[in-house]
Amino acid sequence: MAETTMSAAELAGTAPPRRSNGVIPGFGLTMGLTLLWLSLIVLIPLAGLFFKTAELTPERIWTILTATRTLNALKISFGLSLIAAAINLVLGAVVVWALVRYDFPGRRLLDALVDIPFALPTAVAGIALTTLYAENGWLGGLLAPFGIKVAFTPLGILVALIFIGLPFVVRTVQPVLEDFDHELEEAAATLGASRWTTIRKVVLPTVLPAFLTGFALAFARAVGEYGSVIFIAGNLPNVSEIAPLLIVIRLEEFRYADATTIAATMLVASFALLFVINGLQRWSQARTGRAS
Amino acid sequence: MFLNFKSLAVAGLAAALIAPLAAPAPVRAADTTLLNVSYDPTRELYQQFNKLFAEKYKAESGKTVEIKTSHGGSGKQARSVIDGLEADVVTLALAYDIDAIADKGFLAQDWQKRLPQNSSPYTSTIVFLVRKGNPKGIKDWDDLVKPGVQVITPNPKTSGGARWNYLAGWAYALKKYGSEAKAKEYLAALFKNVPVLDTGARGSTVTFTERGVGDVLLAWENEAFLSKKEFGDDKFDIVVPSLSILAEPPVAVVDKVVDRKGTRAVAEAYLKLLYTKEGQKLAAENFYRPRDPEIAKQYENVFPKVDLVTIDDPAFGGWRKAQKTHFDDGGVFDQIYSN
Amino acid sequence: MSDNSVRSEPAAVKWTVVGIAALFIGLFIVLPLVNVFAQALVKGWEAYAAALIEPDALAAIELTLIVTAIAVVANTVMGLVMAWAITKFSFPGKSFLITLIDLPFSVSPVVAGLVFVLLFGAQGYFGPWLIDNGYKIIFAWPGIALATIFVTFPFVARELIPLMQEQGTTEEEAAVTLGASGWRVFSRVTLPNVKWALLYGVLLCNARAMGEFGAVSVVSGHVRGETNTIPLQVEILYNEYQFQASFAVASLLALLAVVTLFAKTVLESRVHARKGGH
Repeated sequence: MAETTMSAAELAGTAPPRRSNGVIPGFGLTMGLTLLWLSLIVLIPLAGLFFKTAELTPERIWTILTATRTLNALKISFGLSLIAAAINLVLGAVVVWALVRYDFPGRRLLDALVDIPFALPTAVAGIALTTLYAENGWLGGLLAPFGIKVAFTPLGILVALIFIGLPFVVRTVQPVLEDFDHELEEAAATLGASRWTTIRKVVLPTVLPAFLTGFALAFARAVGEYGSVIFIAGNLPNVSEIAPLLIVIRLEEFRYADATTIAATMLVASFALLFVINGLQRWSQARTGRAS
Repeated sequence: MFLNFKSLAVAGLAAALIAPLAAPAPVRAADTTLLNVSYDPTRELYQQFNKLFAEKYKAESGKTVEIKTSHGGSGKQARSVIDGLEADVVTLALAYDIDAIADKGFLAQDWQKRLPQNSSPYTSTIVFLVRKGNPKGIKDWDDLVKPGVQVITPNPKTSGGARWNYLAGWAYALKKYGSEAKAKEYLAALFKNVPVLDTGARGSTVTFTERGVGDVLLAWENEAFLSKKEFGDDKFDIVVPSLSILAEPPVAVVDKVVDRKGTRAVAEAYLKLLYTKEGQKLAAENFYRPRDPEIAKQYENVFPKVDLVTIDDPAFGGWRKAQKTHFDDGGVFDQIYSN
Repeated sequence: MSDNSVRSEPAAVKWTVVGIAALFIGLFIVLPLVNVFAQALVKGWEAYAAALIEPDALAAIELTLIVTAIAVVANTVMGLVMAWAITKFSFPGKSFLITLIDLPFSVSPVVAGLVFVLLFGAQGYFGPWLIDNGYKIIFAWPGIALATIFVTFPFVARELIPLMQEQGTTEEEAAVTLGASGWRVFSRVTLPNVKWALLYGVLLCNARAMGEFGAVSVVSGHVRGETNTIPLQVEILYNEYQFQASFAVASLLALLAVVTLFAKTVLESRVHARKGGH
């Protein structure tokens, strides 16, 4: 047994770093494959992006990034994503509380529906939302008399981003809230705390990391979103043009330098976000003793 | 349960191994396949024209040919070809986009001289499409800059039609107000009235017609006619401005691709058919202005008479110059847009 | 959910919360979904069927199925491998590795497409060589498959890693001590333990692979009947005034979403049952 393990490890060119890994075989093989696969599909292509950007002078990169249109696109993408994630945080909290704490007819259906944005392709969501919120659509028609225009305005982008980010808060908080130790709440109540105080002082601190994780996930997803947004946005530069669309437009204008620079910037941002998310998840795990 | 699971996994793996083998050779049995990479509003034209060519080719050579098409904003389509989309022929909105492909060595620099009439078998122009009854009273270019008028046009950076729109407006303003500074002011005011900037002509048309945004659409003449046809005469009116531009959408065989694929003869025959009576007739039926005088005469009632400037007018000095002055990085369009 | 007396809010609060939740979900999720089917059937069933058997639509369905099969199988196999490497051993830099695996999740789909154009496009690093030797990657199915694999990269691994971490290594260690080979341990001990989570990951991976738009759009070239996937076909029809046909094709994907959700709900109860048994 030990011999096969070693040969596999040698084949992959890696040796188990620690003896404490014990008896389970296949470290070298699976780690080798993992690194190979990761490199081929993710790391090398992404590195290509940085190499391409590095061909530019720092001044050029700076000019591209500080161009009004780039700045506005980034502002729109990050700003609206932040607002959408915040709305999802609040409304997601309501949804998750209703799903976990209350019993009502249609609860299971509501629960299942939360995942639709995960499963519904973004282009489909895009045309569906646009048709719905256009002035001659079901909802757009209702809002028009009040002077509220959703489709082809930044508000439309917000609607699309809320849609695609909706499941994240609910799905990250749900398991934590389900596992929440009821006795703590009961103890607080026995000690005379009001219901609101109990929720604020006892429940909230436990679920807070999960909430923040959900928020960060929804935000990360929204920043990069393209398919659902381009149909409804109106795509007006400096007003309703998101950063991913600007990348596509720069590409279509043969302006590779601009496209790659903006893309690399967004990539750095997503990487940073991921670290934040992972940190939050570890915090959540430490606090609740489970993976969220 | 577990056994099922395993066999499922094996079946899936097998499918994945077989799929790549099956994919490159689909069940289509055409002797030759051509790819025509075109711009946005030619969808309907080439759908019919491809059928015509396939029939002709079959009758003449006994061989079958299948023509695939790809449509999008003209600039974007050119980018795809430069990036390796294997187009046998390109039929784009303006010469500069094919020049850009030629600059990368895909076809000869003098491509535009290889076919008659600047390699443009049909022409078009820019007109205004307004809502029925013209409620905002839009008659000419000046009406577009009035406060409260919403103008729909695509993005000149990605769309060929939008560049023609822009240049037609420029020509008008230059003629009327006499200086480039004034023309720039005019266009800046015009683009202030643009609420939506789609990446292709078709996207703008959909925004205007189906989504009900805007008071006037700056459109290809053929696209305006088509909208009336699709949505009914009772929805839209076409307004012809006092001055517009002669848009010459050019066609070309992509040397590098046809030589590698061995499809030059078919590709050249395909483009030549556009110049024949049948091809010209089909173009006219799809609201492109035919070049052939005889066919043009047959359809002269369809197309309104417009005063047209050309891209070779001293005001523009050809596409390369126009592109550089107006649409390249830091050009006039960028100046009026960042303000 | 045992004794609720001290842990519940007044009925008025409860129904307000439920009402807001239902309204939110109804407005943002149910209505768009219903709208897809309503628009698809606006001209009746015949027009609906006609839109689906149109040759370009069929070609798009075929391409989508092929690309999805490749992406799902590749990511399932590699997802298992990665989860095994990460959860069954301890090594430095583990959380960094997990972050890298998660990375495609937060990369914009457009960027995902762009990186493959930079590598394999005619102006890219490997493009000229590939094209001279007759390999088509960008604007052909391999490019579409690559972009799809990229965007669905974390889906299976993400489902497996937390569960396998939770399960620990005791069972596998016991099996090895009893003389089982590595493959046997994996197939007889680990796989049965994670099969529902695996299937769940496969399901999500599948749904995303079939529906990916942004990344595929950048590498596709939009050749009708050849490099258009279902979502791209939806966009094309939408831009051709064929709204009903566009929504008809879109309804296939919406149907996929509904089926996915149903299967997911069933799977979840299985996963929960399994966790409860521990």
